[in-house]
Amino acid sequence: MIPVELTVNGREAHLQFDPRTSLLDALREHLHLTGTKKGCDHGQCGACTVIVEGRRINSCLTLAVMHDGEAITTIEGLGTPDKLHPMQRAFITHDGYQCGYCTPGQICSAVAVLEEIEAGIPSHVTDDLDKVALTDAELRERMSGNICRCAAYPNIIAAMNDVAGGAKA
Amino acid sequence: MKFDTPAGLNPIDKGRVVGKAHDRIDGAAKVTGTAPYAYERHDAAPNAAYGWMVGSGVARGRIAAMDLRAAEAAPGVLGIVTHANAGKLGKGNMNTAPLLGGPQIDHYDQAVALVIADTFENARDAAKLVRIDYTSEGGKFDLAAEQANAVKPPEGGFGGSPDTAVGDFDGAFAKAAVKVDQNYSTPDHSHAMLEPHASTAAWNGDKLTLWTSNQMIAWTVGDVAKTLGIPKANVRLVSPYIGGGFGAKLFLRADALLAALGARQVGRPVKVALARHQIPNNTTHRPATIQRIRIGADKDGVIDAIGHEVWSGDLPGGGPETAAQQTRLLYRGANRMTAHRLATLNLPEGNAMRAPGEAVGLLALEVAMDELAEACGVDPVELRIRNDVQYDPEAGTQRPFSSRKLVECMRAGAERFGWNKRQEKPGQVRDGRWMVGMGVASAFRNNLVGKSGARIGVDAKGQVIVETDMTDIGTGSYTIIAQTAAEMMGVPLEAVTVRLGDSRFPVSAGSGGQWGANSSTAGVYAAAMALRAKLAEKAGYSVDQAEFEEGLIRHENKSQTLAALAGREGIWAEDSIEFGDLDKRYAQATFGAHFCEVGVDMDTAEVRIRRMGGAFAAGRILNPKSARSQVIGAMTMGAGSALMETLDVDTRFGFFVNHDMAEYLVPVHADIPEQDVLFIEELDDKSSPMKAKGVGELGICGAGAAVANAIYNATGIRIRDYPLTIDKLLKARAA
Amino acid sequence: MKPFTYSRATSAQEAAKMAASTQGARFIAGGTNLLDLMKLQIETPTHLIDVNPLKLDQIEKTTDGGLRIGALVRNTDLAADKVVRRDYGVLSRALLSGASGQLRNKATTAGNLLQRTRCPYFYDTRMPCNKRKPGSGCGALQGMSRNLAILGVSDACIAQHPSDMAVAMRLLDATVDTVGADGAVRSIPIADFHLLPGDTPHVEAALKAGEIITSVTLPKPIGGTHVYRKVRDRSSYAFALVSVAAVFGKNGGSRFAFGGIGAKPWRTVDADAAAGSGAKAVAEAALAGARTTHHNDFKKKLVEQTLTSLYRQKEARA
Repeated sequence: MIPVELTVNGREAHLQFDPRTSLLDALREHLHLTGTKKGCDHGQCGACTVIVEGRRINSCLTLAVMHDGEAITTIEGLGTPDKLHPMQRAFITHDGYQCGYCTPGQICSAVAVLEEIEAGIPSHVTDDLDKVALTDAELRERMSGNICRCAAYPNIIAAMNDVAGGAKA
Repeated sequence: MKFDTPAGLNPIDKGRVVGKAHDRIDGAAKVTGTAPYAYERHDAAPNAAYGWMVGSGVARGRIAAMDLRAAEAAPGVLGIVTHANAGKLGKGNMNTAPLLGGPQIDHYDQAVALVIADTFENARDAAKLVRIDYTSEGGKFDLAAEQANAVKPPEGGFGGSPDTAVGDFDGAFAKAAVKVDQNYSTPDHSHAMLEPHASTAAWNGDKLTLWTSNQMIAWTVGDVAKTLGIPKANVRLVSPYIGGGFGAKLFLRADALLAALGARQVGRPVKVALARHQIPNNTTHRPATIQRIRIGADKDGVIDAIGHEVWSGDLPGGGPETAAQQTRLLYRGANRMTAHRLATLNLPEGNAMRAPGEAVGLLALEVAMDELAEACGVDPVELRIRNDVQYDPEAGTQRPFSSRKLVECMRAGAERFGWNKRQEKPGQVRDGRWMVGMGVASAFRNNLVGKSGARIGVDAKGQVIVETDMTDIGTGSYTIIAQTAAEMMGVPLEAVTVRLGDSRFPVSAGSGGQWGANSSTAGVYAAAMALRAKLAEKAGYSVDQAEFEEGLIRHENKSQTLAALAGREGIWAEDSIEFGDLDKRYAQATFGAHFCEVGVDMDTAEVRIRRMGGAFAAGRILNPKSARSQVIGAMTMGAGSALMETLDVDTRFGFFVNHDMAEYLVPVHADIPEQDVLFIEELDDKSSPMKAKGVGELGICGAGAAVANAIYNATGIRIRDYPLTIDKLLKARAA
Repeated sequence: MKPFTYSRATSAQEAAKMAASTQGARFIAGGTNLLDLMKLQIETPTHLIDVNPLKLDQIEKTTDGGLRIGALVRNTDLAADKVVRRDYGVLSRALLSGASGQLRNKATTAGNLLQRTRCPYFYDTRMPCNKRKPGSGCGALQGMSRNLAILGVSDACIAQHPSDMAVAMRLLDATVDTVGADGAVRSIPIADFHLLPGDTPHVEAALKAGEIITSVTLPKPIGGTHVYRKVRDRSSYAFALVSVAAVFGKNGGSRFAFGGIGAKPWRTVDADAAAGSGAKAVAEAALAGARTTHHNDFKKKLVEQTLTSLYRQKEARA
């Protein structure tokens, strides 16, 4: 067992982990933060997306022990039923989900994607690599690492535009 | 409540809550990650041990030897379940192969062991130490090779008789002025819902509780009891949140059975989730089909003869993919035939996936209709309108449709989509490097109904509570049930609490075959009528004249609050909706028109959907917001079946090779741009008191064919072997 | 995942030394490929050396006008780097066409170079695979091989190299800089870095025991139009069927590298030389010696068509 200090949703936790424990299982099975979902456990679906040190990652493909001293935001840290994050509120308003299982990952990604665009990070569909704009095509490409088999895709894009104050709904 | 005569005016017709767009009442729980799914019940089953399934490494054969010593000695291992120690197990009514294999092996990745350990990591790693020697017995894995050996399946399965025939199909087809005679094929499909099959099991004495991810609570209670050989009364299923199912979770599957066996063996709760890479071969899939369609029409495209034959395969004892179902009902024609043939295959178990039958049947039929339209020189929308029929064309005019608005869907959908901009001749439209085309297809899905119960109560605060074992698999059940209760009891939506997915609640229709929404809300309607009667009686009013509104029961100028009537004890009522023979006397189905515009790269043949749209008629749309989501989600699954989805069979080893989400591709955000949905106003009084029909599967039915027809319109290339991938398009273009 | 011990690296050379002297040791950086494979016990290290503390995450100009990219630079950062965007556009484009935003945030430059194949027979441990288990045979050769390689393959293995980034690196003539257990540094031309399967498909890179990648160096920029075209079965988040990295030079000199078709990132002198003769000639030269199955034969045509598309776009711009 290896001692690890994590700051999860603003709270510090001193924990001991088996080196094999993924960050995802650390959250779900040890911290009982089950909002982060396990869909494939192999980086193929995006349901486990969390924000670590300001960046969205697949928590299934990283070890808990590799995050000593780092700050992690999960869906529980974004908002609660009584105090929803604007993105959570927008997902409800635009029906950006159905079964709800990919939803926390979609929301964590959505929050991070808007920041990535703001920061000027290009994507596969960026025409001029130096001119990053908030368009539906950009949002769709950047969200493609979050699979929704219920396929609420257009509704998720609408929710993101809503939060971004985007031109288009 | 018996529903055996068409519904008259009833409280639902007020349309105060039902029929209006509402945010989902379970939304806040889902977007905050606080909705508990089956593997997440730290609250209900703390200290659960972890089970990891071991799947068979051969497709068919026997276990010659199992050596568990290394696994048993591994750190943290608490026990190992195998056929040798599981005790005598039955087989569920809904299962084809036993869920725990051994010594006989029926398919690849059939469960052969469950390794239970104190941690997830220990269980997963110890499972790798289980040594199994198999005697492989080979098998039949190739549908095309077995086509000639396929037989007529027994009568009485889902989807009715395997064969039907009316008039003289052969004669009429032979002398038809215009003929289409083509073969189509569709591959095996995987549900690929985001939440894997998962269960947590706990025993209390001889009583079992399973927190599981399951669409059909009562079926599964029965099959758990039957498989374990225990009374149904000793089995409790809890399934309040289900991370997608699409048919994959209709039945008891290995996760639940193994969790129960494991928990019994180690004497503590055990939880099991199938690993993603185990799901395609361990669980069920939509079977591949080979289809032949023959249509004979006059020069104006009016159909006189229509025939649809379907070949599929399954394990011994399994059933066919009933892909000719829609062809029995969709278009006119005095001379008709359909036939299903079933081959024995030793692949994993085939079973229902979203719109079994129609989803792949329409991938063939609606392309054949496109081919007929071209052969006749008739616009494809017009062709479908010309061949509309307002009665069951196999049964004749004595069996009319309860309601059928295919023509309205076609017309309204075409106008909204801008169909008139389509060029009739393929390959005419360019947008930069993209060849652009449009396609249309009819949507059709049977309207199934099933007995459904609920109990409903009102408490001292005036809160209305509904309990039913109905499930919400993303379909919006929570919300439409709350809307129904709010409408019936005259309270706001916020005053309704809905509890679902618990076998302690009255048995509902469950979620499958798009029967859930209509049937389960009708069950709530029935229970609410009983509650209204009780409340009226207590108030001393005549129930027929009482009005329920604003939390009050009113009669003439008197009123009382529901809260006061309920008192400290509350008032409860329970009833079921039971359907008579209206679905026999009337053909009942849902209809729609799909439109799609695609771009196909002129050089590389990459296909990009540019937009999808459709018009749909499915009775009363209970919640237009969630119904639209159901439809667009299904359209996307249809697009997946057209463009990318295929479980590739290795016919040597007998398994699905691409058994994870990196290799079994489903559409991502970037594949799906604009989707437009129009609901055509319709009330179906023969379907239920709700006058609703199912809508959860209609959206997939025909969606893929519209994509395929758009590709043809863009390129002039017709591929009849799904999915329509780059390799096939390039090859066809070179030919 | 077999149990393993875990330590954090303190210096590149110490890490190399430890790796060389510890049986079954592996470096872990992003972990996006290694952990995927460890969960399936395709990779079974007994000790993991976490190299993230090494801070090899700088991107800096070299004295001869090139660019040195730290081994731990994340794919996202490399793609978004201002100099890379401006001077090595093909590299940005290749990176951005790979994986997903989440994976690119974690995956590293060195890790991407060492990414292992997506062959499904490699991934199912019950199937024969010479790469995973030498001598067990190749399940793919007579099996489902649609996505697999057609160049550089052998009787033992037809696995494809899955990386997009490495294709651009190959195009740009990158060198891979390493430190060995003995402290020796060397620079390996990327052409020599990835090895063809031959009879030893399990040996994939020209690294010695313990040798650690510290950076990847790009020579000074080549002008011209940088493009990366990836053709796949869905619009995003999928591996390439065929990808082409190209730089079309202003004076007619152009170069090409290919993904999805080779046992390693593929580039030939003849294909570059054929640039002036058009797409068909380039394809023919690049595909010399291609060996296909009936499942993946289409890739030959697709290479030609993808090049045709690139030439068409180039001409449209001109």
